Amino acid sequence: MTDTSTMLATVQAVTAALKDKPGALLPILHGVQDALGYIPTDSVPVIAKALNLSRAEVHGVISFYHYFRETPPGKQTIQLCRAESCQAMGAKHLEAHVKAKLGIDFHETTADGEFSLEPVYCLGNCACSPALQIGADIYGRVSPELFDELIANTEAAA
Amino acid sequence: MIKTLYVPCDSSAISLGADRVANAILREAEQRGITIQLVRNGSRGMFWLETLVEVATEQGRIAYGPVQAQDVASLFEADFLNGGDHALSLGLTEELPYLKKQQRLTFARIGKTDPISLDDYLANDGYRGLNNALAMAQADIVKAVTDSGLRGRGGAAFPTGIKWNTVLNTASAQKYIICNADEGDSGTFSDRMVMEGDPFVLIEGMTIAGLAVGATQGYIYLRVEYPHAHKALTAAIDSAYQAGYLGDTILNSGKAFHLEVRLGAGAYVCGEETSLMESLEGKRGLVRFKPPLPAIKGLFGQPTVVNNVISLASVPIILDKGGDYYRDFGMGRSRGTLPIQLAGNLKHGGLVELAFGLTLRELLYDFGGGSASGRPIKAVQVGGPLGAYLPESQFDTPLDYESFAAIWAVVGHGGVVAFDDTADMAELARYSMEFCAIESCGKCTPCRIGSTRGMELMDEIIQGKDLAKNVPLLRSLCDTLLNGSLCALGGMTPYPVLSALNHFPQDFGVEA
Repeated sequence: MTDTSTMLATVQAVTAALKDKPGALLPILHGVQDALGYIPTDSVPVIAKALNLSRAEVHGVISFYHYFRETPPGKQTIQLCRAESCQAMGAKHLEAHVKAKLGIDFHETTADGEFSLEPVYCLGNCACSPALQIGADIYGRVSPELFDELIANTEAAA
Repeated sequence: MIKTLYVPCDSSAISLGADRVANAILREAEQRGITIQLVRNGSRGMFWLETLVEVATEQGRIAYGPVQAQDVASLFEADFLNGGDHALSLGLTEELPYLKKQQRLTFARIGKTDPISLDDYLANDGYRGLNNALAMAQADIVKAVTDSGLRGRGGAAFPTGIKWNTVLNTASAQKYIICNADEGDSGTFSDRMVMEGDPFVLIEGMTIAGLAVGATQGYIYLRVEYPHAHKALTAAIDSAYQAGYLGDTILNSGKAFHLEVRLGAGAYVCGEETSLMESLEGKRGLVRFKPPLPAIKGLFGQPTVVNNVISLASVPIILDKGGDYYRDFGMGRSRGTLPIQLAGNLKHGGLVELAFGLTLRELLYDFGGGSASGRPIKAVQVGGPLGAYLPESQFDTPLDYESFAAIWAVVGHGGVVAFDDTADMAELARYSMEFCAIESCGKCTPCRIGSTRGMELMDEIIQGKDLAKNVPLLRSLCDTLLNGSLCALGGMTPYPVLSALNHFPQDFGVEA
């Protein structure tokens, strides 16, 4: 876990590098989340000051976008597609299985801190539905059995 | 002679194991002491055959698929490097009927070349359009695009040339080209395939757009769910800068064009052009009122062209071969070709680029091969989550903007999602309302509140509660959304909801 001063140093470095871009806020928020895994509440005043915005404006942007998160994620984030194409190939059944297997609902993290589960509305893998992504790796035609195998492999590799 | 092999780097191919196949091939070749050249190409778009491995032979490229890592040793045993016969042999790639029956203009190179090799791009007709454009007057470039009949492929189908003309004729010190690469519609992946499989064609199209209207800065607003596209675009943009195809003076012409990729953050509504511009400006993606049109007052208040990936990627061939060449494909007022995406419950899902005019039935059965589950196809949603559900009785509708409008449906971005007879249309209608509630930007009341009320209503209808009151109420609510919403999110959510109700009333517990 990053301590507060290292965290703030990271936020300051990311902000300083990007703040002069036109429309810099989203690139900065991406930079912070890429570096830390989430956007800590304490980073809001730092970003707001650098961009001459109010803290409310920065918070408003973070909360508008589903991708940005204000709490640390698990070691791996699982993004499960809920959109129509995946539904046509059994995504609801897969969703029930994934939730039961991990013992969590969407937007939650397993107690051991291994996995966070997030819904996603299309990974653009619609000819290979149902689709999900674990960390940076995308998978298609995912059956409940394949999901169990993927999770076991991820845990074994960890 | 060193053998050349192709294993796609497309993310759908990767989702089925293409990286493992590529590694297995490299390992096996090394163990056998064979030197090979392995190219990571884009996908041919026949996803039931992925991982599709191709081998270059004197007769042409020979395909094997679907290959899994464990098949690799036996492929070497069968001498696949010389086109040897194997259980997974498919013959010459170009002769596969699914590909041979297509008319690939925008997708001409995809699957053939190394996406991030500028040399490959140049060797396969790349940058011919830009070279022509550099010698043309701005108004003539715009005229070529207008003459081609190209209409916005993102879904709204607005004539691209007319949009460009407005920006050209709006005086300003700074203008912008935005590529809308926020392809969030379920069932669509053609933008992703272009960006992963031929990123230079998009860069070239945007550069031509910049020259045409006098814009010196371009932004690709890319959804964060597409990391592979991000990587490919970034690499291609770097090469284009190094080779002088982007920068302060493109090919020493004295004309500047700069290009940057910006990432979205998971908001579907940012695919709406005004919301997208708010997001690019670093704000919440709230939809803007129109007018002013983005072409007059767009990004940072300046005249801005906002076009979809496919629209911009179709520009190079128009400037290469002329507006007439492109216009000669298609039917009625829908000119040129449309990259159609076959998705959902289909045996042969993939990318089919064809001139407008093919019927849904031909797409679903001749190309799609019918349902993947083997059950009857009950409904098809065309045009993403805001598109209507069509029943079997409408499968003979030709894919063309006007024919679809006539049956209260949309072509949209060309995504076709098939459902078999296990689909519950009332559940899907509820989902449409839920999706609208999750993704609403919140600016206008019909969308913000109507979607949640719609979800509650659908819950009651699904439970069979008070249908005589609730079904008319649902229609009335849809009427409010349709006519009172600020943008297409609230304004078109009634398409899937009402089409499901009208075509499949039995799923809602009401008489036909």
